[in-house]
Amino acid sequence: MTGISFWLNGSETHIPAGESPTRTLLDWLREVRGLKGTKEGCNEGDCGACTVILRDKTGARAVNSCILFLPQLDGRAIRTVEGITSPNGQMHPVQQAMISHHGSQCGFCTPGFIASMTAAHLNGDTAHDDTLAGNLCRCTGYAPIIRAAMAAESAPIPDWLEKDVDFICPKISSGGEAEGRGGQTAPLRPRNTDALAALYAATPEATLIAGATDIGLWVTKQLRALNPVIFLNGIPDLQEITESETGLRLGAMVTIARLREAVQHSHPALAELLRRFASAQIRNTATIGGNIANGSPIGDSPPALIAAGATLHLRRGAERRALPLEDFFLDYRKQDRRPGEFVEAITLPPAPDLSCYKLSKRFDQDISALCGCFNITVTDGRITAARIAFGGMAGIPKRAPATEAALTGSLWSEATIRVAMGALAKDYQPLSDMRASATYRLSAAQNLLLRCFYERAGLETSVLRVAP
Amino acid sequence: MSIGKPLPHDSAPLHVAGTARYLDDIPLPQGALHLAFGLATITRGRVDRIDLAPVLAAPGVVRVITAEDLVTEFGAVPDCSPSTHDEPLLSPDAIHFHGQPLFILVAESHLDARRAARLARIDYREEAPILTIEEALAAGSRFEQGPVIWARGDAAAAIATAPHRIGGRFPVGGQEHFYLEGQIAAALPQEDGMHILSSTQHPSEIQHKVAHALHLPMAAVRVETRRMGGGFGGKESQGNALAIACAVAARLTGRACKMRYDRDDDMVITGKRHDLEIRYEAGFDDQGRVLGLAFTHLFRCGWSQDLSLPVADRAMLHADNCYFLPAIRIESHRLRTNTASATAFRGFGGPQGMIGIERVMDHVAFALGREPLEVRRANFYEAAAEPGGQPPGAPRSISVKRKRTVQKTPYHMPVEDFVGHELVARLAESAGYLARKAEITAWNAGSKVLKRGIALVPVKFGISFTLTWLNQAGALVHLYQDGSVHLNHGGTEMGQGLNQKVAQVVAEVFGLEAEGIRITATDTAKVPNTSATAASSGSDLNGMAAREAALVIRGRLAAFLAEKHQVAPGSVRFEGGLVRVAGEEYPFARVAAWAYQARISLSSTGYYATPKITWDRVKGEGRPFLYFAYGAAVSEVVIDSLTGENRILRADILHDTGSPLNPAIDIGQIEGAYVQGAGWLTTEELVWDRQGRLMTHAPSTYKIPACSDRPRIFNVELWNRPNPEATVGRSKAVGEPPFMLGISVFTALSEAVAACGAGRIWPDLVAPATPEAVLAAVERVRRDV
Repeated sequence: MTGISFWLNGSETHIPAGESPTRTLLDWLREVRGLKGTKEGCNEGDCGACTVILRDKTGARAVNSCILFLPQLDGRAIRTVEGITSPNGQMHPVQQAMISHHGSQCGFCTPGFIASMTAAHLNGDTAHDDTLAGNLCRCTGYAPIIRAAMAAESAPIPDWLEKDVDFICPKISSGGEAEGRGGQTAPLRPRNTDALAALYAATPEATLIAGATDIGLWVTKQLRALNPVIFLNGIPDLQEITESETGLRLGAMVTIARLREAVQHSHPALAELLRRFASAQIRNTATIGGNIANGSPIGDSPPALIAAGATLHLRRGAERRALPLEDFFLDYRKQDRRPGEFVEAITLPPAPDLSCYKLSKRFDQDISALCGCFNITVTDGRITAARIAFGGMAGIPKRAPATEAALTGSLWSEATIRVAMGALAKDYQPLSDMRASATYRLSAAQNLLLRCFYERAGLETSVLRVAP
Repeated sequence: MSIGKPLPHDSAPLHVAGTARYLDDIPLPQGALHLAFGLATITRGRVDRIDLAPVLAAPGVVRVITAEDLVTEFGAVPDCSPSTHDEPLLSPDAIHFHGQPLFILVAESHLDARRAARLARIDYREEAPILTIEEALAAGSRFEQGPVIWARGDAAAAIATAPHRIGGRFPVGGQEHFYLEGQIAAALPQEDGMHILSSTQHPSEIQHKVAHALHLPMAAVRVETRRMGGGFGGKESQGNALAIACAVAARLTGRACKMRYDRDDDMVITGKRHDLEIRYEAGFDDQGRVLGLAFTHLFRCGWSQDLSLPVADRAMLHADNCYFLPAIRIESHRLRTNTASATAFRGFGGPQGMIGIERVMDHVAFALGREPLEVRRANFYEAAAEPGGQPPGAPRSISVKRKRTVQKTPYHMPVEDFVGHELVARLAESAGYLARKAEITAWNAGSKVLKRGIALVPVKFGISFTLTWLNQAGALVHLYQDGSVHLNHGGTEMGQGLNQKVAQVVAEVFGLEAEGIRITATDTAKVPNTSATAASSGSDLNGMAAREAALVIRGRLAAFLAEKHQVAPGSVRFEGGLVRVAGEEYPFARVAAWAYQARISLSSTGYYATPKITWDRVKGEGRPFLYFAYGAAVSEVVIDSLTGENRILRADILHDTGSPLNPAIDIGQIEGAYVQGAGWLTTEELVWDRQGRLMTHAPSTYKIPACSDRPRIFNVELWNRPNPEATVGRSKAVGEPPFMLGISVFTALSEAVAACGAGRIWPDLVAPATPEAVLAAVERVRRDV
C-alpha cells in the first residue's frame, strides 16, 4: 500500500503506509493531528459527538469519525469543526445561529451538531429531525438547536467550503488493480469486483470492511485486532444501482442513504423504514450488503427485503449464485455463505403492497425491538398472496409461514386477520432482552398485522402522523 | 443593566468552533500515562486468585496497581465515598457489583490501558447477589438501622375514616446521566503536592479525597475544573475514583496520569438516579381532598451509601409537592443491593418524591371520575398573601403577619410563598387546557387505534442543600489596573451558564458589560472549601458571594473617589462603563488605574451563607429550604393502542425563576430539563439481567431523548416575578425544578391509556412508560371492554 491520501480541512493530507488500517479517524484526529474539536462521546457511532463531514464526488455527508477507519478516507475530503470556521476565523452561518439561538449549553455535543448541520446546509436538506437524529444532546432539549438550524437555512454556503468540491483525486476515480499485500500495515484495497473476488477467494480468512458501522465496534468496543482486512470502499462497480423489469439491482456497497433515495417512490414503505434506520451518519456509510451479510437478527433491511421477495447474489471467485434472501439466514449469526464468498448484489422486485413497521423504545436512531414487514396482495376482496417477515422475533430475520398460510386464500377481513394473529404464535417464539420482553414482542407483532389491516382500511394508525 | 439580559452562554463561540477545551483536550506533559480500571466480571463474591501476567505482558503496559499495592504503598486502600468511607478505590477482596474496579492499568496510551485491562485471569468465588427490592427486604440488606419515618397527624386513622380509599404500588425506574463528556481526571505531580484536573461538580471533594489518599494536607492538593461536558449530578461524587486513581498512579510513577472511562465502562461503573417502588394508600373526600396519606419509598441504593441518604430524604421532602396533606406518614427504606451505587441526579430524590403524590392525585381523580386538575387544585396549599410574593425590597414581615395561619409542609416548614393557584390558572388559560381536553375527548371517541391524552402538573421544589452547612460559597474578584476584571468562584460550569450569570452579577456591580468580566476555571487554590455545584444552588450561592467581593472593591473605589471629590461615597455611581462622581464622569479603567496608583487594594474575596435555614433531619422538622421554586406544565401526548408507541405532541410551560438573572439561560434550562424529565419517564429504561449485569450500558441500548422526541409545539414562559427572599437579583434557582415538569408527560400518557378503556380499570402505568409498558397498561384497561 502506498498510504492514504485525503483532504483535511482544505489541505491535502497523506498518511504513510505503516499506520494501522483499523485506526479510527477520530483517534487519528485527536491523538496524531491534535485536532481536539471533534469529541468522543460513545465510541460506537450512537451519539454523534464525533461527527465530521465527508465529501467525495457523490456529495457531502455527515459521518461518525469514531467508527471510520483511515483507509475509508482515501481519495475523499474531510471537514472537521476546525475547518467549518473559515481559515481567517469567520464563522459558518450555522455556528452563528447556534450562538444566537442558545443552541449550546455544555458544548460537548456541539461540534458534532455543527458538522451535521453544516453537511445538511451544504445539501440544502431541511429535514432537521432526520439529519440531526444521530446527534444526542443532553442539555438543551433540542428546541434551540432546531431553531438555529432553521434560521441558517437560507444563508448562502460560505466560499471556503466550496473549495472541497474542486479537489481531484485520480486514485479513487480510476479503478484499476488491487493494491496492497494484506497484513497489518498493508490492508487489501481492491479497485473492482473482479479483483475483490480473486483476493477474497485467495484470502478467505480476511474481514471484509464495507461501511464499518458494525465492524467499527469490533475494534472500538471489543478491542479486536483484525487481520487481514479487505476494504471495499474503493470498488465503484459494487456501488451501482441498476433498474430492470425484475426490479432494482443494488450493488452490495450501496449505502443505506442511497438506497433510501432510490426506493423513495418505488417502495415508499421501505423508504420510511430506512428513514428510521439508525442515523444519518450511519446511513451515509452503512451498506445494504453489510446489513445483510452480518446476519444480525435485528438488522432493519432484511425483513423488508424478504417480504418484498428480494434475491441475493453471492459470488466466490468467478462463481456466482442467487438465492431468495430468506434462505441466506440459516441460524443465529449463521449464514449460507461459504469461505471466500461475498454478497455482490441484491435484487429488489417491485412490491406495491409492502408495509413496514419498526418498533423500538425511541423512534429515531434505535435498534428494532421488532420489525414487521407485510407484503399482502388482495384481489377482489380476497388475499391472493402473502409474504410476511419479521426481525427481532427469532435468531434470524424470518418469514411467517403459518401466518401466511392462514391469510392466503381468505377474505381480507378483520376476522381473517384475527385468525392469522393466532397463527403468528406458531411462527415465532421470541426472546426477552433489554429491548423488549417475549410477551411484548409477540403481542405487538400480532397487533402489527392488525395495524396493517386498519391502515389499509384508511384508519389512522401512526402516532408520527398526528398533529397536536 | 447587565442582570436580566438574555446573553448567550459565555463559551458559546468556543463551543461552536470546537475550541472550548474539555479536560481530554488539554495537552499533558511529555510522558503522560493513561489509566483504565480492570473490572469485576461477577456481581457478588470474592476474588480467589488473580493472574496479571498476561496484563503485564501486553503492549504499552507500564504497571498494574492492585489493592494490595495500595496497602503497601499508602498504608490503606484509598476511599472514594462522599459520605461514609465505604467505597474502597479497588476492591481488596469482596466484590459488590458487576463492574467493580479491581485493579488499575497504567499504560502508554488510553487504548493500551483498555486492551490490557481485559486480559487478567481471575478466579472468583461467586455468591448469590441481592438485586431486587424484595430480595433486599428479605435479606434485611439496607443502610441505616431501619426505615426513616416522618409523620404528621394520624394518617392511618384518617385513611380508615375517609369516605374513599385507594392504594397502589408504583415502580419508577432509574436514569443514566448520559453526560456527553464521560468521567475524566488527570493528575500532574508537583514538587510538593499534586495538581488535579477533574471533570467534577465538586472540586473541593476531589481535593479532600486526593489529599486523604496521598496523606497530604489539603493545601498541597490543587484541583482545577474549567468546564464539564454535562454533569446533571453524575459528577458530584462519581469523579472521585478517577481522580484518586490518577493521583496514586502519578505518585507511584512520578509521571502525569490521565484516566477517562470509555462510555460502556462509565455506564457500568458509575451510579445512576435511584429507582424505587412507591407504595401508597390514600383516603379522600368527594372533592378529592386527600385526608390521609401513607407512602412507603423503597429505594434501591446500590452497593455503597454514596449520597443515598440525602437523596431519599429529599424524596420525602417532596412527597407533598404543591398539596397540603393534613395527615401523612412517609416511610423510607434505603436498600443495599449488588448494583452500581445510585447517586445524585438532577432533582436529587425530588422527582421520585413528587411523582408519588402526582400518581395519587391521578388515581384519586380516576376513582372519583373527576377532572384531575380540579382534584389537584382542591389539594393546593393556600395562596401566598400576595400572589407572586413581594416586590423587591419590600419588608418580609408583611406576608408573615397575615391574619390566617400559614399552612405547613409535612416537615413543618410554613409555605409562605405559594403561587400555584395563580400560576396554574394562567398556564391553564394560555395553554387552553380545558378546551383542548374536550377536543381530545371528542377526537379519542372517533379514533380506534390512536388515543391522545393531556395533563397539567404543577411543581414546587425546595431550594437549599438539606445538609445546612453546605449552604455557603466563596468568590474571588480581582480588578486590574487596566480596568479588566478577573472573576473566580466556587461553582463549576457544566453547561448551565453559571459563569455567565455570575459574570452578569459582577458586571452589574461595576456598571460594566458582562464581556468585561473574565471568567476563569474553578480552582481550589483560589476559592477554598466550596460546596458541590448541586441542588440548583450554583447561582444563588456563588452569585451572592461574587457580588459581595465586587461590592467590597467597588466600595473602595467609591471611597477613594468620594474623598478626592469631597462627596459622600454613596453618591458615586458605576454605570455604562463609567464612574460618575460630583458631576464628573470617568472611564472605569481610568478609575482602576488611579486607585492602583493610590495604593488601594483591588482584590477581594466574597462570602455568602444562606440565611434562615435550620433542619433537624432525625425529627424531620425545620426549615430546610430558603424558598420554593414553582412551575407547571401542560403536556399533550398520543399513544398507539396496538403497539404502545407514544410521543409528546405539545408542551406549555410556565416556570418561576424569580427575576431571572438571564432569561435565555433560564429558558434553556427549562426546555432541557423538561425533555430530560420526559426521557426519564418514557424511553430511558435501565435493564439488569438476573445475574445483575447492566444490559443497557451504551447509547445503542439506553435511549435518551433524540431530536424528534421533543414536543412539536414547545411554549416556555417565565413567571417573571421577584423572589420574595433576598436572593441575588431576586432570582430563583433553575437547575432542577423544571426537571419535574416532565412528570406531566407521564400523567398525560396515563390519561391516554385510560381513554382506551371504559373508565373502570385504573391504568396503573409503570415508569418508564416504554411502548411495552404502555401496551401492558392498555391491555389492562381493556380487560372489561
